[in-house]
Amino acid sequence: MSLRGAAAVVGVAERSPSRYTGDETNLDLLSGVAGEALADAGVDRAEVDGLLVHPIGGLPGFIPATVAEFVGLKPRFAEIVDLGGATGAGMVWRAAAAIAAGMCHTCLCLTGTRRRRREPRSGSAGGAGAKNDRRPRSTGPGRDRSPHAEFDAPYGLIGANVGYALLATRYAHEYDLRPEQRAKVAVDQRRNANANPSAIFHDQPLTVDDVLASDVICEPLHMLEIVMPAAGAAALVVTAADRVPDAAQRPAWLLGAGESVTHSSLAQAPAIGETGIGRAARGAFASAGVGAGDIGLASLYDCYTIMVLLTLEEAGFCKPGEAGAFVESHDLTYSGDFPLNTHGGQLSFGQPGMAGGMSHVTEAVRQIQGRGGTRQVEDLELAYAHGNGGIIAEQVGLVFGAAP
Amino acid sequence: MSARPIPPSSPLTEPYWEAARRGELSLQRCEGCDVRIFPPRAHCPECGGDALRWAPVSGRGTLYSYTVAHRPPHPAFADQLPLVVAIVELEEGPRMVTNLVDCDPSELEVGGAVVARFETIDDSDVALPVFSPSGGRSPSAPS
Repeated sequence: MSLRGAAAVVGVAERSPSRYTGDETNLDLLSGVAGEALADAGVDRAEVDGLLVHPIGGLPGFIPATVAEFVGLKPRFAEIVDLGGATGAGMVWRAAAAIAAGMCHTCLCLTGTRRRRREPRSGSAGGAGAKNDRRPRSTGPGRDRSPHAEFDAPYGLIGANVGYALLATRYAHEYDLRPEQRAKVAVDQRRNANANPSAIFHDQPLTVDDVLASDVICEPLHMLEIVMPAAGAAALVVTAADRVPDAAQRPAWLLGAGESVTHSSLAQAPAIGETGIGRAARGAFASAGVGAGDIGLASLYDCYTIMVLLTLEEAGFCKPGEAGAFVESHDLTYSGDFPLNTHGGQLSFGQPGMAGGMSHVTEAVRQIQGRGGTRQVEDLELAYAHGNGGIIAEQVGLVFGAAP
Repeated sequence: MSARPIPPSSPLTEPYWEAARRGELSLQRCEGCDVRIFPPRAHCPECGGDALRWAPVSGRGTLYSYTVAHRPPHPAFADQLPLVVAIVELEEGPRMVTNLVDCDPSELEVGGAVVARFETIDDSDVALPVFSPSGGRSPSAPS
């Protein structure tokens, strides 16, 4: 059974990323974009009978129920999706699957993360104070007792920079990859962001030299190859095929989806060439009945430049080892011969927490709907959105089309 | 070493840390399917068996990947820069995250031979397995 034609995205809402949020709670952010997405779709709140949310800071449990009450929903399908940066993409096919199974008819997918100025980053939070408080709180007594806390964090594999730098070193060992080729990804995506007023780096031109002149944070990765943490929120309305014609917006049909979860610690990851990226992408293309060559817009998770390069080849847009040459020989902008991350990617749009991964989905949807504004890709029929969580641990691929 | 995170051990993983205190790297081996297991756990991920026995490994391996961090991944590492974080592939198969110490970061090479050593974390009785280059290139170096 394929999900093709079972459901479509008919409503989108997205906050422009900002460095910090004010007094709004995570629930406030989510309820805001929930209302905006329903208004965009022309769908009444009472119609919503499915709800997908993600783990939310400050809420220890009962999360779908808490969000449902807060937003004013009484879903008959309520679920939490916990796939890191692949969460947003993972929500979309789960919504379509629930619809196809008759478990709901219209599903809200909500992502969002606040970020307060004084709040340390989650997961790697440390604070001033007694000597022991200098150690990551996640690894203190009675807190995080995961294998990560025991066998990775004591070495400084905390947060994502170190992990993606390890990935970049290994990739460059297996294949040729020059720093200028990585930088080209960030530069072309910035040109896209310069056509997106919502991007956090809108109107700030960038050159390859700028990228390579920025500080090296973890060798070989420079500051401008790394996403900037931000706050924001995004919501999608996914509804059944029979409801699509009455929606206020043109549909972005979900044609296919694939998912792969392979590891938690990067030390246990599959080798380059065999990662979950390819498994998820092949699943998406096979279920959609299309190939990578049919895709008119690639909206690929880009926490780091290396992630885009790896996804391009593992998803089949180019051959293994040729991603560097591929990005050099293609114009990756919205008007180019291989439109990639036309919203700017998270590198230039910003990474608004859990809504960062969702931004690749919202952009694919808007482009398929023809709502790309000045950065609209012409004659677009098929878009591919890819989500990536952890350090290449969780992968989701989605194919969207203008027709079912 | 400084105030780096202290690994939260459990009764099941304690033999790993006990061995490290003796200056030994010890991993579980599944008696059912002979696979070496890391990190430690109750059941073999290959066959599901629970007959897992601790046995020392050589401590030799190859550098699978590395990065030199010029910004601390967490404030606890602020006085250890540049910090070399690495993945080492042990001779016996498993890969593990580690640090490379006593090395010139500019001379590191993926595939190079490394050997385990042990460093005590400040204010603790934890001996942390780390690695140093052992010179030369291992014949089993991943290509």
